[in-house]
Amino acid sequence: MRRIRRKKNQRKRTIYLILLIGILLLLLVIAGRFLSPEQYGPDYNEKKLTPSIQHLFGTDYLGRDMFARTIKGLSNSILIGTLAAGFSACVALVLGILSATIGGLVDKIISYLVDLCMGIPHLVLLMLISFMMGRGLRGVIVGIALTHWPNLTRVIRGEVLQIKNMQYVKVAEKLGKSKIQIAFQHILPHVIPQFIIGLILLFPHAILHEAGVTFLGFGLSVDTPAIGIILSEALKHIATGMWWLVFFPGMMLVMVVMMFDQLGEHVRRLLDPSSARE
Amino acid sequence: MLLEAQNLTFGYKKERRIIDDVTLSIDRGERVALVGPSGCGKSTLSQILAGYIKPQKGMVLWEGKPLPKKGYCPIQLIYQHPEKAINPRWKLGRTLTEAWQPDPVFLEEMGIEPAWMDRYPIELSGGELQRFCIARAMGPETKFLIADEMTTMLDVITQAQIWQLMLQQIEKRQMGMMMVTHNEALAKQICNRIIDFQQLNL
Repeated sequence: MRRIRRKKNQRKRTIYLILLIGILLLLLVIAGRFLSPEQYGPDYNEKKLTPSIQHLFGTDYLGRDMFARTIKGLSNSILIGTLAAGFSACVALVLGILSATIGGLVDKIISYLVDLCMGIPHLVLLMLISFMMGRGLRGVIVGIALTHWPNLTRVIRGEVLQIKNMQYVKVAEKLGKSKIQIAFQHILPHVIPQFIIGLILLFPHAILHEAGVTFLGFGLSVDTPAIGIILSEALKHIATGMWWLVFFPGMMLVMVVMMFDQLGEHVRRLLDPSSARE
Repeated sequence: MLLEAQNLTFGYKKERRIIDDVTLSIDRGERVALVGPSGCGKSTLSQILAGYIKPQKGMVLWEGKPLPKKGYCPIQLIYQHPEKAINPRWKLGRTLTEAWQPDPVFLEEMGIEPAWMDRYPIELSGGELQRFCIARAMGPETKFLIADEMTTMLDVITQAQIWQLMLQQIEKRQMGMMMVTHNEALAKQICNRIIDFQQLNL
């Protein structure tokens, strides 16, 4: 009895954690949406202030409130991440399933594309695509969407191949189940958790790459409040002792990335029956 | 003849045939044991007979006609490892009713407790899972069972229990049966004909 009760608590705790992280991230996005441009715009009366109650993260050399800029930047990052990771994950799901079920030439071509994309350093490819698309928001989104599918495609292809050869799938065939029934009853439920977890774990990648490519100057334009811009600007001023310009935005970026990572990990625990008892 | 195998030939590699020109037939009401050393191709033969593998030459006839390629197969195979033959993501009730709806009397005869229906496969033992595999394969359209080392990994008491259940059902429903085993004593106890695989596969 006691063991069963503890198990339920563990599952409940996982669900609460997922809800908590989800709500925090959602709040961040909503807060960012509703910030008015004045709040993160320049105010020359309040330049280079250290962190205080009024300006939690201090202000920069143009008197912009860093807290508001960071929130706005993260909110943008998450939205970019949603678009790019969602697109990437859907591409991966379709290509992975096609590759494993049709096989033959289709499988060879898809596997070759995966190897090709994985062979080129990620950031270089991202910079190239972003540059080609004319930088800016569009460049970053397209770049991230087009470079994040190969890993998940490989995972899903492998999963489908493995499940197709399981004894219980073959038994189902002999019990008179059609290919479509097997795909929906056996294969898809097995791949969907992988897909959801893969999707969530793509977020931190997408966000970090967005920040990275922007930091290097191939991403969002200089006046948009983005973590990459904030960090690259702050780097010029760190020598003058303005540590808060790097510290707080950097911390927030790491925290958001870790929150997504934890979200993925907990969803995995919830969806996988064999680790549900841990 | 119920089940006939005509000149079956099969090999995983081209130059080495595991099953070479095997012909055998099993009649209604017969219980046949296939014995032979490890790795000689007994499991492969039973998979061919149940339609899981296509032979390179020869054919399997069921009541004089080739086995159906699609739809419910009248010959059902029960594997050695039940934990591999059951979807780990499904609760056992769903696995059991994948092909047909067994009635409570049958389940009681099979020793399946109603409380197990809501559990996941990792929560039951091998012997308990094997009962589900057998019950799942016992649909009304099943006419012949092939048990490939069905109880080899179970302890002696569970082995005896499961075979008792099997024999009871087979006799009740007039099914044919073929078992694959190393255990000749078990084969003599259960079957009325014993086939030495090596003599069959010269």
